[in-house]
Amino acid sequence: MKDIHINNIIRTVREKIINVNIILNDDILNSIKCNIKVEESNCGKDILEQILENANIAEKEKLAICQDTGMVVAFVEIGQEVRIVGGSLEEAINEGIRKGYKDGYLRKSVVLDPLIRLNTNDNTPAIIHYNLVEGDNLKISLLPKGFGSENMSRLAMLKPSHGIEGVKSFILETIEKAGPNPCPPIVVGVGIGGTFDKVAIMAKKALLRPIDIKSDINHIRDLEEEMLVKINRLGIGPGGLGGRVTALGINIDIYPTHIAGLPVAVNVSCHATRHGEILL
Amino acid sequence: MIKKIFTPIMDNDIKNLRAGDIVNLYGTIYTARDAAHKRLIDFLDKGLDLPINVNNEIIYYVGPCPARDGQIVGSAGPTTSSRMDAYTPRLLDLGLKGMIGKGIRDESVTASIIKNKAVYFGATGGAGALISKKILFEEIIAFNDLGTEAIRELKVVELPLIVIIDSKGNNMYDLGKNKFKIQ
Repeated sequence: MKDIHINNIIRTVREKIINVNIILNDDILNSIKCNIKVEESNCGKDILEQILENANIAEKEKLAICQDTGMVVAFVEIGQEVRIVGGSLEEAINEGIRKGYKDGYLRKSVVLDPLIRLNTNDNTPAIIHYNLVEGDNLKISLLPKGFGSENMSRLAMLKPSHGIEGVKSFILETIEKAGPNPCPPIVVGVGIGGTFDKVAIMAKKALLRPIDIKSDINHIRDLEEEMLVKINRLGIGPGGLGGRVTALGINIDIYPTHIAGLPVAVNVSCHATRHGEILL
Repeated sequence: MIKKIFTPIMDNDIKNLRAGDIVNLYGTIYTARDAAHKRLIDFLDKGLDLPINVNNEIIYYVGPCPARDGQIVGSAGPTTSSRMDAYTPRLLDLGLKGMIGKGIRDESVTASIIKNKAVYFGATGGAGALISKKILFEEIIAFNDLGTEAIRELKVVELPLIVIIDSKGNNMYDLGKNKFKIQ
C-alpha cells in the first residue's frame, strides 16, 4: 500500500487550479497562432489576436484567462493500492479548490442550491468523478468549466437507425445553435455510446485530451477530422462575427452501448479549455 | 476605422453606429448581470427607485474576478447576454442606451433596441485579462451582498467593442455568418 496524506492533495490541487486558470495550455496557444493565418475575416483575425494578447497578459500578471473561472470538474483515478490518510479525499479536493480560488483571486461562481441561488463564496463543491484503477498512483485531472459554453451543450438519445449521419447532424446542429454564445473559437468534446449518464461524462472527459492528439481509433479519428472541417464551414467564426475559425478542435470518445440506443452528448467549451493533471 | 465613443452616449452617436463597426469606448459604465438584473426588475415591480439611474447609460454584463493587490479589477470579460433578455426591454424603456455583452439577443430585445434607439455592443468573450487593463476605476455602488454580481461603476479607456445590433436592428452575427458560411 502507498499512503498519500490529504495535506499533499490539498497543496497540489490548490497550486494546479490556480495555474490552469492563469496559463493557457500550449495545444490551444499553438492552434490559435496557426489559425490566425487561416482566418480570412479581419474581425476574426482581430479576435484571435486579442485572445493571444489576453493569454500573455494573464500569464504575466497572474490574471485569470477568463473571469468565468468555472465550476471545477475533477476526474480522479485512484489506484487500488493507495490509502488516503489524514482525512477524506473528497474534502481534500474541495479544500484545495477553496484555497486556490481564494489565494489565486479567482471568481467564485458556485451557488449552493440551484433554485435559491446563494453563492457558496469559495467555488465549492466541485463535481468529482472517481475511477478505481490498478496500481498505487493517485491521478487527479482538474477542469474548471465556464458556463457560457456549458449552457450550449446538448445530449440526445438517438435511435440506432440514425447511425453516424444522425450523430454528425446532432453535433453540427448543436454548434450552429450555439452560434456566438460559447465564445468561439470553441473546443468540442463529444461522447457517443454508453448510457444517458455515461455519455455526458465522456463528452466532458474528452475535453481533457489535448486538441493536437487525435483519437487512436481509426474511424473515430476520421470522424473528428470530418466534423472539424464541417464545423468550420458554418461561418460562425471567432467571436461569432463571421469567419473560418469556429472550432480549434473536436475530441470524440466512444463506449459500448445497448442494442436499442445511440446516445450522443456534445460538451461545448471555449478557447479557455483549462485542464491540468496531478499525479501523486 | 475605429470609432471613439464617449459616455454618456448621445443619440447622434448611436444613429451613426452600424452593425460591424469597431468601437473604442471611453467613460463611465455600470456592471450588472443575472442577479442584479433580477433585483432591478423587482425594484421596478414594487415601484421603488433604482439604485442607479440608467437614463442615457450603458450596462456591461460582467462578473469580474477579484483584484489582486495593486490591480484595479481582476479579469473582466463579457458574460452571455441572452440571460438578461427577459429584463432588458424594461430598462431600455427607462432610457438605457446601450448594453455590452456577448452572444445572441432575442426578438423582444432587438425590437426594443429599435424602438428606443439604442445599441448592443459585443466585447470579446474570453479576453477578460485584456479587458481588465482598459478599466481604470472600479467601485461597487449597489447590491454589495451579490459579490461578483454586485452593480459596479467602471471607468473605461479604449475598451475594444464591436457593434452587434445597431439602432436599425441590423445584426453583425447574421451578417458575418452569412458572409462566411459554406453550403
